[in-house]
Amino acid sequence: MPTKKKSTATQLIISIVLVVALSALGYVFRKYVDYMAVALILLLAVSTLAILFDIFSVLIAAILSALILNFFFIEPYLNYKINDTESALLFFIYIFIALVNAVLTNRLRKQESKIRDREEKENTIKIYNTLLNSLSHELKTPIATIIGTIDTLKESDTILLPDQRMELLSEIGIASNRLNTQVENLLNMSRLEAGNFQLKTDWTDINELIFIVIRKLPENNTHTVVFDPDEKLPLFKVDRGLVETVLYNLINNAVRYTPVKSTVTIFTGYTDGHLNIKVSDNGKGIPPSEADLIFNKFYRLPNSGTGGSGLGLSIAKGFIEAHHGNISVDNNKSGGAVFTISIPCEISYLKNLKNE
Amino acid sequence: MNKPTILIIDDEPQIRRLLEINFVSNGYLVRQAASGKEGLLLAANLIPDIIVLDLGLPDIKGHEVLKVLREWYTKPILILSVQSNENDIIDALDQGANDYLTKPFRVGELMARIRSASRNKTTDETTQILEAGNIEIDLVGRVVKFKGEVLKLTATEYSLLVMLVKNEGKVLTHQFLLKEIWGMSFQAETQYLRVFIAQLRKKIEENPNHPQLIITESGIGYRFQQST
Repeated sequence: MPTKKKSTATQLIISIVLVVALSALGYVFRKYVDYMAVALILLLAVSTLAILFDIFSVLIAAILSALILNFFFIEPYLNYKINDTESALLFFIYIFIALVNAVLTNRLRKQESKIRDREEKENTIKIYNTLLNSLSHELKTPIATIIGTIDTLKESDTILLPDQRMELLSEIGIASNRLNTQVENLLNMSRLEAGNFQLKTDWTDINELIFIVIRKLPENNTHTVVFDPDEKLPLFKVDRGLVETVLYNLINNAVRYTPVKSTVTIFTGYTDGHLNIKVSDNGKGIPPSEADLIFNKFYRLPNSGTGGSGLGLSIAKGFIEAHHGNISVDNNKSGGAVFTISIPCEISYLKNLKNE
Repeated sequence: MNKPTILIIDDEPQIRRLLEINFVSNGYLVRQAASGKEGLLLAANLIPDIIVLDLGLPDIKGHEVLKVLREWYTKPILILSVQSNENDIIDALDQGANDYLTKPFRVGELMARIRSASRNKTTDETTQILEAGNIEIDLVGRVVKFKGEVLKLTATEYSLLVMLVKNEGKVLTHQFLLKEIWGMSFQAETQYLRVFIAQLRKKIEENPNHPQLIITESGIGYRFQQST
């Protein structure tokens, strides 16, 4: 099965070298072998080439073989003459075999690519189905909660205690927020899939941005988020909205997927022309075998529970790559995962200048 | 005292209903328009105290409605918009909208914006003293007092603070602030704004990392508000 197709030039060179080399070998030993043997060997070579290469190179090899045979091996030597039926036949057989082989091989290749296409299509359908399953779960669960809770509130209005009413109302709130997050994720994903979105870069105070992200996290008393701002951090020219989404997804994930009482710590830094941010936690960490997979669309770690679309990290990756930056995950020596993003960007040290 | 009137211009009946319930229960009179044309007509007839205008209208573009309104209407206009339409919001604010809210919004946030818009006091050339919470600005003497103590500000910090306090409750876009404080040629130099806002916050915010007075409107601008 042909793996990678070689360029026409390479194919041509290989074909010619092969034919010439075999002919030369035959010529050297012409005293011991009959010209028919050389003819058969060359025929074998041409047939083999026909399986591997495109018709053009194969035809050249066939014509070359026929000519060489006629010129060097068939009397009168060193002269082109198709004077007897035998050598004329030989000439045409070469061309014919080359053509037949080429046509057959071509058909085979077409079939292969058809199979590949079908496999690809099946794969796409599989991904699409995963998407539909994941989506319908992620969207319908909060919708079901909202509708059900409202029914309860309406129909059992008189028997509900004030506390129960409040509890049901806050369920509606949680479900609506979840729905909103999922829709946001989907909108971001479709922005990425559309491919041609423009970065809107502007000077960004990363310390301020991180504090804004931390304030936006869903309220929780179970995890601690630590950020100690570096007052000397310069300004960076990035797409503030995209970086905000990336940081939100990373920090929110860290809070969601680490055990209660875990701590999430955010570090900032910069090197020449790069903004670097780390989101580190002291949870269970990421199995090294999953480190690359978790950035894939809809991929979720085994046993990571329900309530998550598998989109957050792939959006993060997409947004960082839109900046030509890099995102990766590692494990802390002391346990826990560290997500590192690095974004190449302009840096302004104006912040550290004295006030005017 | 007469109840202040709010005109809602939005084509979504559910949103209009939600707004109406909240405005009425907070003591406002409410009128509604489902299209830009109807909105312009009602605005001219009623002269409401506040207009809540949705940018995504079916007949006339919200921006167009805003432009026509601003030819004569000087009272607060609050813009409603769907999320992630920063440029639409910036355009609307530059066309004279006072404030904006993105859908989905929290009702608490909505009412805070309405309250802030309705106490929108206009300052003119005769204003000498600006007061906002713990901050007192003597515009004649160019002296700022914070909690009664004189605050040392650079010339730029002073101009920036005055601009923000004068427009209390209103969102000022980056471009507007840069143009007003630094001049036309600085409209793209947002790094200056970031630096000076950070410095100003260090001087007037209890916790500069959690600002309560100078609020960042991500990707849009800044708003000065009194802590409530």
